[in-house]
Amino acid sequence: MTLVRFSAVALAAAFLAAPLMAQELRVQCYSDGNECEVTGDIAKRFEAANAGTKIIIDKVPYKAVVEQLPVQLAAGEGPDIARVTDLGGLNKYYLDLTPHLSAARAKAWADNFSSTLPWFRNGAADKGIYGLMSQLTVTGAYVNKTLFEQAKVPMPAAGASWDDWMAAADKVAKATKVPFAMAMDRSGHRFAPLAVAYGAKIFDANGTPVVDAGYQAAAKKFVDWHKAGLMPKEVWGGVGGSQYRDAFEEFANGRVVVYYSGSWQLKRMDTQVTKAFDWAVAPAPCGPAACTAMPGGAAFVGLKRTKQPALVAKFLDFLSEDGNYRELMAKTENIPASLSVAKAGVTYNVSAMAKAGLNAFVADVPKIAKANFDLQGYRLNRAVFLPTAQRLGQAVAGEMSTEDALKRLASDMDEQVKAASK
Amino acid sequence: MKALAFLTRTRGRHRLDWTDWLSYAYLVLGLFLMFGPVLWLTMSSFKTEAALSEFPPRLLPYGQKVVAVPGEEGLKPVFKVKLPDGSVRELPEIRRIGLMATHVDPAKPDEPIRVRLEDREPVREFKLATENYTDLLGKFKFGLYLWNSLFITVVATALTLLFNSMAAFALSKYRFKGRNAVFLLVIGTLMVPPAIVLVPNFLVISELGLLNSLWGVIWPAVATPTGVFLLRQYMLTIPDELLDAARMDHASEWRIYWRIVMPLSAPALAVLAIFSVMWRWNDFLWPLIVLSRSEQFTLQLALNSFQGDLVTQWNYLLAMTVITLLPVTLVFAFLQKYITQGIASAGVK
Amino acid sequence: MSVNHPGAVPRAQARRATPWWFLTPNLVIMGLFTFLPITINFYYAFTGGVALYPQDRPFVGLENLATLLDCGNHFDPSTCRRDLFWRAVWNTAKLSVFQVSLMVLFALITALVLNRKIIGRGFWRGVFFYPVLLSPVVVALVWKWILQREGLLNAAVAGLGGTPTLWLGEPGSAFFWVVFVSIWAHLGFYTLILLAGLQAIPADLYEAAQMDRASPWRTLSRITLPLLMPNLLVVMVLAAIRAVQTFDEVFVLTGGGPGSATTFIVQFIYQTGFQEQVRLYGLAAAGSLLLALALVALTLVQLRASRAAEAGERAR
Repeated sequence: MTLVRFSAVALAAAFLAAPLMAQELRVQCYSDGNECEVTGDIAKRFEAANAGTKIIIDKVPYKAVVEQLPVQLAAGEGPDIARVTDLGGLNKYYLDLTPHLSAARAKAWADNFSSTLPWFRNGAADKGIYGLMSQLTVTGAYVNKTLFEQAKVPMPAAGASWDDWMAAADKVAKATKVPFAMAMDRSGHRFAPLAVAYGAKIFDANGTPVVDAGYQAAAKKFVDWHKAGLMPKEVWGGVGGSQYRDAFEEFANGRVVVYYSGSWQLKRMDTQVTKAFDWAVAPAPCGPAACTAMPGGAAFVGLKRTKQPALVAKFLDFLSEDGNYRELMAKTENIPASLSVAKAGVTYNVSAMAKAGLNAFVADVPKIAKANFDLQGYRLNRAVFLPTAQRLGQAVAGEMSTEDALKRLASDMDEQVKAASK
Repeated sequence: MKALAFLTRTRGRHRLDWTDWLSYAYLVLGLFLMFGPVLWLTMSSFKTEAALSEFPPRLLPYGQKVVAVPGEEGLKPVFKVKLPDGSVRELPEIRRIGLMATHVDPAKPDEPIRVRLEDREPVREFKLATENYTDLLGKFKFGLYLWNSLFITVVATALTLLFNSMAAFALSKYRFKGRNAVFLLVIGTLMVPPAIVLVPNFLVISELGLLNSLWGVIWPAVATPTGVFLLRQYMLTIPDELLDAARMDHASEWRIYWRIVMPLSAPALAVLAIFSVMWRWNDFLWPLIVLSRSEQFTLQLALNSFQGDLVTQWNYLLAMTVITLLPVTLVFAFLQKYITQGIASAGVK
Repeated sequence: MSVNHPGAVPRAQARRATPWWFLTPNLVIMGLFTFLPITINFYYAFTGGVALYPQDRPFVGLENLATLLDCGNHFDPSTCRRDLFWRAVWNTAKLSVFQVSLMVLFALITALVLNRKIIGRGFWRGVFFYPVLLSPVVVALVWKWILQREGLLNAAVAGLGGTPTLWLGEPGSAFFWVVFVSIWAHLGFYTLILLAGLQAIPADLYEAAQMDRASPWRTLSRITLPLLMPNLLVVMVLAAIRAVQTFDEVFVLTGGGPGSATTFIVQFIYQTGFQEQVRLYGLAAAGSLLLALALVALTLVQLRASRAAEAGERAR
């Protein structure tokens, strides 16, 4: 009977689908461009150098890493290594690599990744090594140079403020009949540099995030820009909840003059925009308090639940070696988080515009304000980013006044922080 | 004459009266509205990324013409260029910097012609961007994921038909204490949308050890309240005399179910089969949380893995959508008659 | 009727157990994968904390429900502690009213049209049913592609001399399109149910009405609609349940925007439980508990209304 036949096939398939190799690692990975593929290539070299090992890269949608992985980990399930963005929030599931690294390698990690290792840790007392940044990203403004040339408006010089850029872009937009001056990705992570530039301290004396006067001033400015028609409402106000939406299409289609996003878009810019018009990366726009940007990036982390902790450490260590790490950066067109690789330089095989862009981003790294750095390293930073996107989005859509939105934002952040400490 | 009369037989005795014209107009509008969007999506999926961002969009897929130029690598896009002497020629572009572009006549590759951006426009030709599909299919193990999706769909449908019909049989052909309670309980599960019970369901599957197994996707999906409801409604119309006659002949209950009731319920079973195929093939949220090993991914999961944190490309998204709706469309095309008859006759008491 | 050989189970007794044998596989699966998770989910509603496993979560009683229901004026979300929840509630209520009434109206019209003598009736029935087979994500993408700024609709509008609009960018317009897309995707299913009901009405009733020279409206209101009542009721209940549970399509189409104009209750629950930094499973579960209660109440009200209507009919 068909039922019996089906069961037989199912059993056979179940056996075939679960090969149990002695040394197998599962890596849950998501790609912005080609990160998973490049990592897979490097993994093959690792397998060749370490006979009997098998590294399996499971490519999943980003949604799975953000929404499903925490549930899997909480239930004791999940992969051995994962590429994650919520670095601090998942800290309790991480595997400390230090006991499995030789003293020399542990020192190399501590030296090369000194600035980003704290992002994975739980507080100042924690000295563990938990993961490898697969990229270091920096936010920044992409500018449509062709439009500036056509409008015969000079680009603001280094040290120009957000207002300067807005005014110049507005002039260009009016001259070239482009609908909007600037667009920004719908993300609290991208809003943070604007806030700090206008005096936000982000954290109060106790290290709790707070919506202070600087944050409020930046938010008011931001909403007013939308009301004045300088920024498109549909990016921040067009979707609901705290969902991410980028404004790449608006920029690529020539509907905005300036696009505030970050260095992870470089490869995409090269593929889609370079052939259409000339673009450049502007130096970090300034405000009365600072000229700053926001760091970020996704990282490969080792997970505590793994049955092969030594192998996990070995593989991540292999990836972090200068030669391999350099290859990863070059092929994915990302900025290295490793100091030694950054000092020696990476040869990127990209267009001149992308190369200039990369240099501009790298030059912005030293300008990053402490508040921004701390925010990225803050365990609950998404408790700041997500409500910002939600509430400012509602203000931009005209659903509530900016004051109300800020009040709600403050209470949202408080609730999340309180709930986390329970 | 007779054929014509037959064709135009309508409400009004000999002519089409205004209600008939209205009806046909409504139906034709319905045709455009129901099929049009998917057709548009399919046509758009064959456009190149550049063509997709054009406005207003053209109906047919047009891509920019490209030619090879001696001395340059790769194919170069062709533009209609207005030359200073007033003539208009089609020339490929070699380079573009700022507001000026450099074009060249392939026959005379050593004589570059500089042209301003406003003096040219792209030359387009009909081009099916099949690379949208081949790129997608080339990027992963299509066969494996297809097999996983097929396995889940077929096995789940078979089990759904079996278990739901058994339950419907019990609820329609027997009078027993608690019958109404069970029926209400089954229907009551409709009140809770699946997205909400994701986490508890995950815990149950995890405790049962069914994570990372295709069976973890199949088993929870098999007992559908809609299926039981549909089949029960249909089985109520099967005359009890048939069953009683069989019982007189000492047929066992299972035989009655298997040999009499099931064949008679064929139309409703066909409808449920089609629904089940559609549901299992389209499943996304549940497999996403149960399956994290790439060998077990279904086609939907694999196709969706392209949505990284920071990238959405419409050309791949459209091609992906067409691939996912193709099987359902085929099922519909071949079995449409049964679907519409089956639902209609499953009727409602 | 009992059989007289030793050891045999009397037929009547055997038959009493039989239905349960047939029910068992379905009930076991439903029990494990539907009732158990629902029960666990409802238990979550009375717990707090951030742990995943129910046994690790502290019991907080009605605190979650109190948080959700904490409002100055329940009709004005901005006075509520959880304003997004109440926005979602009223959005859902608005959606249900519009969607159910329009869905039933168009399903009825379509069924009436399909019931006439038209050529190729089977084909036309299939036409309206096709969108029902598409997954919600596909439905949403199909229409998102048409409604976007450079989409087909704006091209048509521009061609006719109008100004292209951002259809999903204004709250009112986005809401309209959400209703439209939902109806587009599910009309066929309800049409077929009503069509079945129409076809069950005996033809001689219509002939009698024609002989009495009854106008089409009288035929409709005195014969068709009353006899179609049971089907109409089923359609209304099912459409209402679906409207209240709207999630997948809208989530992909508008993401709940602009602002929170198209955020409905299931999206709120999903967001609270899956998308925040600190997942508040307890609060999400409390929301789903309220949702389920509302649905049960809605269905009971509709059933009671139908029973009253039926009684009214019989009394006539």
